[in-house]
Amino acid sequence: MYQEVILDHYKHPHGRGLRDGDAEVHHVNPTCGDEITLRVKYDGTRIADVSYEGQGCSISQASASVLNDLLVGKDLAEAQKIQGAFLELMQSKGRIEPDDAMEEILEDAVAFAGVSKYPARVKCALLSWMAWKDATAQALGESEPAERKSA
Amino acid sequence: MTQLPGLLDTEAIRKDFPALDRVIHDGKKLVYLDNAATSQKPRQVLDALTEYYERHNANVHRGVHVLAEEATALYEGARDKVAEFINAPSRDEVIFTKNASESLNLVANMLGWADEPYKVDHETEIVITEMEHHSNIVPWQLLSQRTGAKLKWFGLTDDGRLDLSNINEVITEQTKIVSFVLVSNILGTHNPVEAIVRRAQEVGALVLIDASQAAPHMPLDVQALQADFVAFTGHKMCGPTGIGVLWGRQELLEDLPPFLGGGEMIETVSMSSSTYAPAPHKFEAGTPPIAQAVGLGAAVDYLNAIGMENIARHEQAITEYAVKRLLEVPDLRIIGPVTAEDRGAAISFTLGDIHPHDVGQVLDEQGIAVRVGHHCARPVCLRYGIPATTRASFYLYSTPAEVDALVDGLEHVRNFFG
Repeated sequence: MYQEVILDHYKHPHGRGLRDGDAEVHHVNPTCGDEITLRVKYDGTRIADVSYEGQGCSISQASASVLNDLLVGKDLAEAQKIQGAFLELMQSKGRIEPDDAMEEILEDAVAFAGVSKYPARVKCALLSWMAWKDATAQALGESEPAERKSA
Repeated sequence: MTQLPGLLDTEAIRKDFPALDRVIHDGKKLVYLDNAATSQKPRQVLDALTEYYERHNANVHRGVHVLAEEATALYEGARDKVAEFINAPSRDEVIFTKNASESLNLVANMLGWADEPYKVDHETEIVITEMEHHSNIVPWQLLSQRTGAKLKWFGLTDDGRLDLSNINEVITEQTKIVSFVLVSNILGTHNPVEAIVRRAQEVGALVLIDASQAAPHMPLDVQALQADFVAFTGHKMCGPTGIGVLWGRQELLEDLPPFLGGGEMIETVSMSSSTYAPAPHKFEAGTPPIAQAVGLGAAVDYLNAIGMENIARHEQAITEYAVKRLLEVPDLRIIGPVTAEDRGAAISFTLGDIHPHDVGQVLDEQGIAVRVGHHCARPVCLRYGIPATTRASFYLYSTPAEVDALVDGLEHVRNFFG
């Protein structure tokens, strides 16, 4: 499950550090203590920035780095499509073999396909994505609690 | 092969445990070092479960047919075995529960509903320690919230032991109950019972000892401990899941009110009120875990045949060796006592900045089963400023070669994430 690309993102995370944002959330993965604080900055419906700080396992931290790569600069609708595809991959229990079409959408995130075989680690991979979804809902005006556990 | 004084004949013992023969991840021999979470089960226990279900299965007590009498004799026979195993003065002091958590919750609820002199209310205090398993924290938080009682605790020293320097301020005349762990599941620390019990007795407080990590590993004598209640679970001592024990002093069990109501725990029932059966049945409402109790009885027989003193000596040798070898691994920090003195066979550690989940996953790929996380003792992680630990824990079938495999595995983890 530890693809080279995951280890690269873990050791050299992209976009890490907290910057100005429209909303901030803090999510934890109670089973292993992964934590992330994440901020989103929107320019209309375009994602101007996703910044984050966190601690946790390589999967959770690398996933946040990949998220930053994939979502910053995208329009919300496009980002939601990517998030949906990643969620589907992570819930596939190893049954989805990423093809070219999927790689087109998910880029580096297809490296997490192997993680979906490990139920205990899926939450690690999804932590930052759930945090982003939550932060986006807050930033764009839907009322959501600022702190809650990732399911 | 490393030979250490005091080791058991693990080659013979391991033949009793089918799961230890597993080969996983394309040909890797299983190295099972997650015994503090649960032990593997010997064939003798598995056979007892099968035989019970195949030949004697019936509900216990009051039945007048052969199977019911056999099932009752087996269930109550298991109580006799457990009573003897812990040197209980009376078999009627042994209550079967579903696990140690239920045993601890049971005491908290007995006290929550009790009258004077046991009553816990806003003028009284409850004492625990910072190294408790969540199962010995949360029931007391609940009791404290419901009654207004003040919850206090002993802190920890930097080397993973209880800080008893302020014992007279922590345990006071207001203290009604002191509940603490005999051997910590995360730090491995073996706590000094005598000092705590002495102070509790001075102020007339009851003492509950969580012996979940002690009962499987060393002789347990509830009379020598001088506690009022002792809780432990079956599945960590070669027994099945779903069976735990609460031992309590007879006069307390007579005085304290029942918690769960139902069949089996009554004497007579009318529509307006009931009277209760004597202990232990008063605290065993409903059909009990019969097969599981029978399995625990078989586990007790198994452990007795090897000898608890011998098991303790074996684990002491393995623990000493494991501490020494683990400290050779660069960047490894043991969370808990760094000597084998007054410590059990669970060793928690961190490995540089590598997250324990990554450590555990890469060890698993090599066939080595350890536990990672906060081990249901999150306050300990907060105390030592770490998010989680990796924990290796040993038992009567653990070998020095398995310690070596762990150390080699950790070297591999370091290279992998280095």
